[in-house]
Amino acid sequence: MKNWELVCGLETHVELATKTKIFCSCTTEFGGEPNTHCCPICIGLPGTLPKLNKAVVEYAVMAGLATHCEINPDAKMDRKNYVYPDLPKAYQISEYDQPLCRNGYVELSNGRKIRLARIHIEEDAGKLVHERGNTLVDYNRGGVPLIEIVSEPDIRSIDEAVEYLEKLQTIMRYIGVSDCKMQEGSLRCDVNISVRPAGSDKFGTRTEIKNMNSFSHMIKAMEYEMERQIDLLESGEEVVQETRRYDESTGCTEEMRGKEDANDYRYFREPDLVAIRVTPEMLEEIKARMPEDLQVRYNRFVKDYGLPEADAKLILEHRRIADYFEKAAAGIKNPRTVANCITGPIFARLATEAEKADFNVPVSAENLNALVKLLDEGKIRMNLLKSTLEKMLDTGKPASEFLSEKDLAGISPDELRKICEQAAADNPNAVKDYRAGKEKALKAVLGAVMKATRGRANPQEAEKILAEIMSN
Amino acid sequence: MGKYGKIAQLHSLMAEKKISCTELTKQYLDAIERDNASLNAYVKITPEAALETAARVDAKIAAGESIGLLEGIPMTLKDNISTKDIETTCCSKILKGYVPIYDATVWSLLKKQNAVLLGKTNMDEFAMGSSCETSCFGGAKNPHDTTRVAGGSSGGVASAVGANLAAFGLGSDTGGSIRQPASFCGIVGLKPTYGAVSRYGLIAYASSFDQIGPITLSVEDAALVYDAISAQDPMDSTSSGQKEPTVSSLGKDIRGKKIGIVKEYFEGVRPDVEKALQNAVEVFRSLGAEFVELSMPSIHYCLPVYYILACAEASSNLGRYDGIRYGYQTEHYTDRNDMVCKTRSEGFGKEVKRRILLGTYVLSAGYYDAYYKKAQNLRGAIVKAFDLTFEKCDVILAPTVPMTAFPEHYAAKDPVETYQTDICTVPANIAGLPGISVPCGFGDDGMPVGMQLLGPKFSEATLLNVAAQYEQAARETVFRPVEMGVSL
Repeated sequence: MKNWELVCGLETHVELATKTKIFCSCTTEFGGEPNTHCCPICIGLPGTLPKLNKAVVEYAVMAGLATHCEINPDAKMDRKNYVYPDLPKAYQISEYDQPLCRNGYVELSNGRKIRLARIHIEEDAGKLVHERGNTLVDYNRGGVPLIEIVSEPDIRSIDEAVEYLEKLQTIMRYIGVSDCKMQEGSLRCDVNISVRPAGSDKFGTRTEIKNMNSFSHMIKAMEYEMERQIDLLESGEEVVQETRRYDESTGCTEEMRGKEDANDYRYFREPDLVAIRVTPEMLEEIKARMPEDLQVRYNRFVKDYGLPEADAKLILEHRRIADYFEKAAAGIKNPRTVANCITGPIFARLATEAEKADFNVPVSAENLNALVKLLDEGKIRMNLLKSTLEKMLDTGKPASEFLSEKDLAGISPDELRKICEQAAADNPNAVKDYRAGKEKALKAVLGAVMKATRGRANPQEAEKILAEIMSN
Repeated sequence: MGKYGKIAQLHSLMAEKKISCTELTKQYLDAIERDNASLNAYVKITPEAALETAARVDAKIAAGESIGLLEGIPMTLKDNISTKDIETTCCSKILKGYVPIYDATVWSLLKKQNAVLLGKTNMDEFAMGSSCETSCFGGAKNPHDTTRVAGGSSGGVASAVGANLAAFGLGSDTGGSIRQPASFCGIVGLKPTYGAVSRYGLIAYASSFDQIGPITLSVEDAALVYDAISAQDPMDSTSSGQKEPTVSSLGKDIRGKKIGIVKEYFEGVRPDVEKALQNAVEVFRSLGAEFVELSMPSIHYCLPVYYILACAEASSNLGRYDGIRYGYQTEHYTDRNDMVCKTRSEGFGKEVKRRILLGTYVLSAGYYDAYYKKAQNLRGAIVKAFDLTFEKCDVILAPTVPMTAFPEHYAAKDPVETYQTDICTVPANIAGLPGISVPCGFGDDGMPVGMQLLGPKFSEATLLNVAAQYEQAARETVFRPVEMGVSL
């Protein structure tokens, strides 16, 4: 029995979050009554011409820069000709031989770099709706801008494929070019997959699984397809190069079209559009607008702020959260406390991924910063910080609204000693037990102290004083 | 304004209240009703909309307001220029019943000026043809001899304007479709620089060649209309607008202008046509122009380059006619593929199918390099050859067509031989250059001969002035009005 190795590359489609479509000024908003987000241009009426949305080029360049691509200063658009009812012009305007971005990579946590062959821009098609035996067409999605990110076949395991796609999702969200919602189709991918004997450097025959729109389906489809190919090869048969479809109900992949009837797209230069020129000025301007590189920022979060890797990852999932964290952590002794506030009480109030992405939190970063500073200065203790934060989240008001002067005044050593003495006097049994050697008895008295001070007392100091009082 | 401008003449009649716009429009509509049967120039007449516009213009005149030069002028549009609420078919069965929901930019520019649209005019199906006989409505006839063709593909406009059934019209020129029918019908046709006039709303044949332009009774009218429609259009990213207004440059002396005679343009030209052109050369000499003899061997590649690239683009542009959203749909079919197949088989005519197949073939994976790519490279070489030529002369003088208007059904016999008749017009489209056809006399058959003048990109002002100077000097001998249409 041979050991088989996976060889896989992904073609990922990402819908860009521009306000208007790629070639007209229709809205890109998801959903809507069928065929209401349409105009003569995006439904390809005779005589209409496309005009390229500048924001699309900028977003694609941002995607390229965030994945270490070279930006092509002289790109152009081409026509990809094929006939399908959801494609009203009978061609898709895409980029063929001069894509906007080339030769990038995405680095995985194991240090492996998945190389990107290209990122290009293109228009989305409409969609077919099958209803009571009729097929209807909805062109609302037609003309929504996409980027297609094509990786080299560098992925060697299903785990790597998942991590790669998650990483792309995070990067694209982080730089703000897409919301990457798989359930709404704004992130979807085709998986090119083959297997070969472990250690071999030759590629096997690959198949392509089309249109994966959830991570769980992708995993299942890849598992099935790997096994299918290994079974074929081990029984001496050959893998046929073809396009396959994943059937969610059976968990299997099935043939969509073979190589023989592979499409000939008859690409040629789109004559209705002028060339795309990314000038050095434009590139500089886009670079200046880019947020700090995600990996660099992650490393900084772990090293400079001392965040655990898991927390850093959670906070960097959305750029707004990362920005919020940095603002709130400014000048704080232990930024982990700020991170905990975010991943704890704050995340608890954000139910969906979309809410997290928006990060509409009633407590401003400044107010959180002020709250945690009180802890740094020893004016409040952790449990008071937590309860105050909850109140702030309920009301949106600053910490000062909930903390009295008394809360913030701190406790003098004399006062603390007095409270401790009182607590010991109130708990004679505990004192007796303690003196008899039951060390745990001290904790009960300490509890009384903390209660009396409403949590303001420093437990270590109180414990020291109590031990002294109760020993005598 | 010169004395030959039809538009200026109609304008002053209206401005001086010698005729109302409604009366004028009615005269044209009556003439169309009378003469269109023998010409088949119009495929759609729009009397209600025309009279409505006319009434608006009359109200303005009655109120003592001044009117623009194109205001109230009865005109026509080739049926591949989209007109909101007015059926636009490209004279193809596949688009019968299609009513655009938006206006082409050229039409909205003219509409704003209250130009009076009389109707839409005949053309070769999807602008493919050199005789205006591939129309699903039947061919347009030549007003000088109705047994002959009006020329293609804007034959309907040329026939209508030539027969005084419209004061001017807009056609489109992909490989000569404005200049060739203008030449056949003895009138003026201007193909502007590629990009000078917006293509938005022009139903595409071959996008990188198509250009809208005026077909008129005089050079001055061509300049007027060109100035009105050549504006940079945000809806067309390949549009750049014109460089300078042309009307104001008319009337300049052309003494010392260098006119190039490129010998390749004269290969295979019929002797009587060549003789008419020689006469034109003499007229130019008398005006003080100088002639230079030149050679451009790459002219020989123009026809194959044009038919490869234009058909490639056409095959893509015409893919959208599938019967799903608009236009013709076959009645009986089994499934979606069968429906699309039958719709296209029944909806497109022979010439269109021939070019779609040719275009699909040259773009196919195995043949792309041998045909499309090679043709693209040659296109670059032809552009360069023109650049070099225009270092040696200001304009090129050439025949528009090597012959006069063909008799009917000539084109159907041998499509490739008919393609050859485009030899003189196609090079300008390949290089995106402006070209104008001006009447320059008659052939032995008594049919009009056209002279073509070509210039570098955006040289319309010079080109139109050179043409206007010739026209002024030679008009009485080279222009013959026909006994049709409206005479004022």
